[in-house]
Amino acid sequence: MFESLTSRFSGAFSSLRSKGKISSSDIETTCQEIRQALLESDVALSVVEDFIADIRQKSLGALPTLQSGTNQANAIFEIVNASLIEILGGQARRVRFAKNPPTVIMLAGLQGAGKTTLAGKLAKFYAEQGNTPLLVASDLQRPNAVTQLQVVGESVNVPVFAPEPGNGRGNPVKVAKDGIEFAKSKMYNMVIVDTAGRLGVDEDLMKQASDIRDAINPDEILFVVDAMIGQDAVRTSQAFLDGVGFDGVVLTKLDGDARGGAALSIASMTKRPIMFASTGEKLHEFDVFYPERMASRILGLGDVATLAEQAKKAFDTDTSAKLEAKFASGEDFTLEDFLDQLQAMSKMGNMSKLLGMLPGAGQMKKQIENFDEGEIVRTTAIVQSMTPTERRDPKVLNGSRRARIALGSGRKVSDVNNLVDRFTAAQKMMKQVRNGGMPAGMPPGMAMPAMPKVNAPVNKKKKSKSGNPAKRAQEEG
Amino acid sequence: MGLFSKFIAKIKGTNDFSPADWAELEQELLSSDVGPKLAKEFLDAAKKVKSDNAEEALIEIMTQNLSKSSHEPITVNGTTTIMVVGVNGTGKTTSVAKLASYYKRNGKSVVLAAGDTFRAAAVDQLKTWGERIGVLVISGKENGDPASVAFDGAQNAQKSQSDVFIIDTAGRLHNKSDLMAELAKVKRVVEKVSPINEVLLVIDATTGQNGLQQAKIFTESVEVTGIVLSKLDGSAKGGVALAIEAELGIPIKWIGTGESEGDFAPFDAQSYIKGLLA
Ligand SMILES: Nc1nc2c(ncn2[C@@H]2O[C@H](COP(=O)(O)OP(=O)(O)OP(=O)(O)O)[C@@H](O)[C@H]2O)c(=O)[nH]1
Ligand SMILES: [Mg+2]
Repeated sequence: MFESLTSRFSGAFSSLRSKGKISSSDIETTCQEIRQALLESDVALSVVEDFIADIRQKSLGALPTLQSGTNQANAIFEIVNASLIEILGGQARRVRFAKNPPTVIMLAGLQGAGKTTLAGKLAKFYAEQGNTPLLVASDLQRPNAVTQLQVVGESVNVPVFAPEPGNGRGNPVKVAKDGIEFAKSKMYNMVIVDTAGRLGVDEDLMKQASDIRDAINPDEILFVVDAMIGQDAVRTSQAFLDGVGFDGVVLTKLDGDARGGAALSIASMTKRPIMFASTGEKLHEFDVFYPERMASRILGLGDVATLAEQAKKAFDTDTSAKLEAKFASGEDFTLEDFLDQLQAMSKMGNMSKLLGMLPGAGQMKKQIENFDEGEIVRTTAIVQSMTPTERRDPKVLNGSRRARIALGSGRKVSDVNNLVDRFTAAQKMMKQVRNGGMPAGMPPGMAMPAMPKVNAPVNKKKKSKSGNPAKRAQEEG
Repeated sequence: MGLFSKFIAKIKGTNDFSPADWAELEQELLSSDVGPKLAKEFLDAAKKVKSDNAEEALIEIMTQNLSKSSHEPITVNGTTTIMVVGVNGTGKTTSVAKLASYYKRNGKSVVLAAGDTFRAAAVDQLKTWGERIGVLVISGKENGDPASVAFDGAQNAQKSQSDVFIIDTAGRLHNKSDLMAELAKVKRVVEKVSPINEVLLVIDATTGQNGLQQAKIFTESVEVTGIVLSKLDGSAKGGVALAIEAELGIPIKWIGTGESEGDFAPFDAQSYIKGLLA
């Protein structure tokens, strides 16, 4: 059950790649693998079936135009990825501002989806862009939801309209309506209305939501949904679509490790754009939605962008800039750089979690699970026992030098040999990647945050993008 | 008509089940979130079922996936200490209130600790519940150390010889190792006063396959002893909890079916399994 989609998916593709020529039955096998992978990601079966049918057709269509098996495999990969991105981002757009302010945004969703926190994040996001939002506390149901919104509003410095204490008292429709009037009179140009969580099957509460809608005539109704949701995403999003209607979707808790296949189900069933991604408990942990990131995530290719963000936090700008420059100039990656990275990595915290986010990580699932955090410490010790010359040019490492290093770091000579071998392999791979190739697989323990463009096929056409994920995230972000 | 009765009807009648029927069965199983693996196992086993007593046989196939551990909530002589954990928004605080209310109705004395010092207004939320139900809530200051609040609560429960002591904790995603370490610390610190007898992981019934990962990692850090399956009043069937039972052997102990304190009951295998197949 824990066998990840990554291994399944990359397995499917590496077996395709190893074929001299791909036949239509190979495509069928791959389609079945992808089907399984998507189901494990919580994509709804009906959506999966349509998706697979589409992929099959496109892949069969592309086959004759391609020469070698590798090309064909890459082409199929591109088809899958592009189709996902198309569904996820097809309807992409930004919030529509009202011609006559205030622009009214209403939040709706299940209990516990993260609406109140999101209200604060939206308020902050738009306030920073020069708007003057007002938060309206229309969740009068959950104990202290009103207080929560007040605290959130205070911390982002946005006023909260909260005439009723909540906890079951007060009329949420009236609060919402009065909130709009208040905003108009005080010239706020945006109103964000938080509402109580409700179940799609709860007719009374769905009616209440549509009453709020009718009272405030929102410019945008955003359906807020937890990225961890499973197959119920389909029923629930349909129920909200029928009950209140919505114009856009916000995915929350994307800082977790859920694959988020529901995003695909919702986007393809409701034809509503996914507009924002909520990625943490802190109020700045929020971004517009990137379909490419979500596609890689659903496919289990690793969330490189998120990894890059964590790396960005850990690597001081100097280290990143240095590596970046090196990489661009085509210089070799040395053990000195590796040492810098090891030290930055230990700042980033739990390695197995981080490694798990790397593309292709599924193939090394076992190694990752058994990742020994002490390994970083030991490896660091070995590299530190080398002279600067040795770090820059490991080729000088003869037997006696290796023996000295082993002694200095308290490790065995075989540990030193092992490290040098893995390093050389990684270095070679970096070169290969830089030249646009696809690495065959990453040597365990040598995967590093600054590993560039490991999902080469995805970004193949974007050669101008930086090879350093941290930098690339900056470019994209 | 639900999947189950349809299946029974078919199997009892002509006994021919077309590929389309099987596909529909698969669809319905998957839509309950049991996951592709369990769904496949179920289908494979179901294909072997003969028409006699099909209903029982099918329930049996599903029931076999349940954990062999007891599904009974743990109670001990003296103070039973319960810690409630889970990812954000699953229904932890509400479940703490529901548990408190359940035990109180059964004549037990209860003390609560507001261990969510992080989320805005979380302490007030539990205090509001405490007032409603009429149980004492021990709290510290917001953004304070959750372990020390839990510790104070445990001491209070000991001193007052309460029957049940329940700790609410802040929601946290299982992939945040610092937050998981914090949770483990809460447990360790409380256990200086008295052992934690039950660690309940609240799983939202709408959760997909990620629920397995949640259960696995929470168990690694705080040894989960049971699942509270919340929000079963919606359209979601909570099938991932069955996958958790099958895969990790952690038993479901409670079911949450609404926002009020009474919407809560001990786990009942029959009705859960039938619900999955309905
Ligand atoms: N329909 C329904 N709603 C529930 C159930 N249990 C909890 N809720 C609702 O879900 C929402 C979140 O519940 P909380 O108890 O605050 O969840 P939590 O896990 O403590 O949340 P955080 O502390 O923010 O992580 C509230 O609106 C509850 O009323 C349930 O069984 N059914
Ligand atoms: Mg809570």
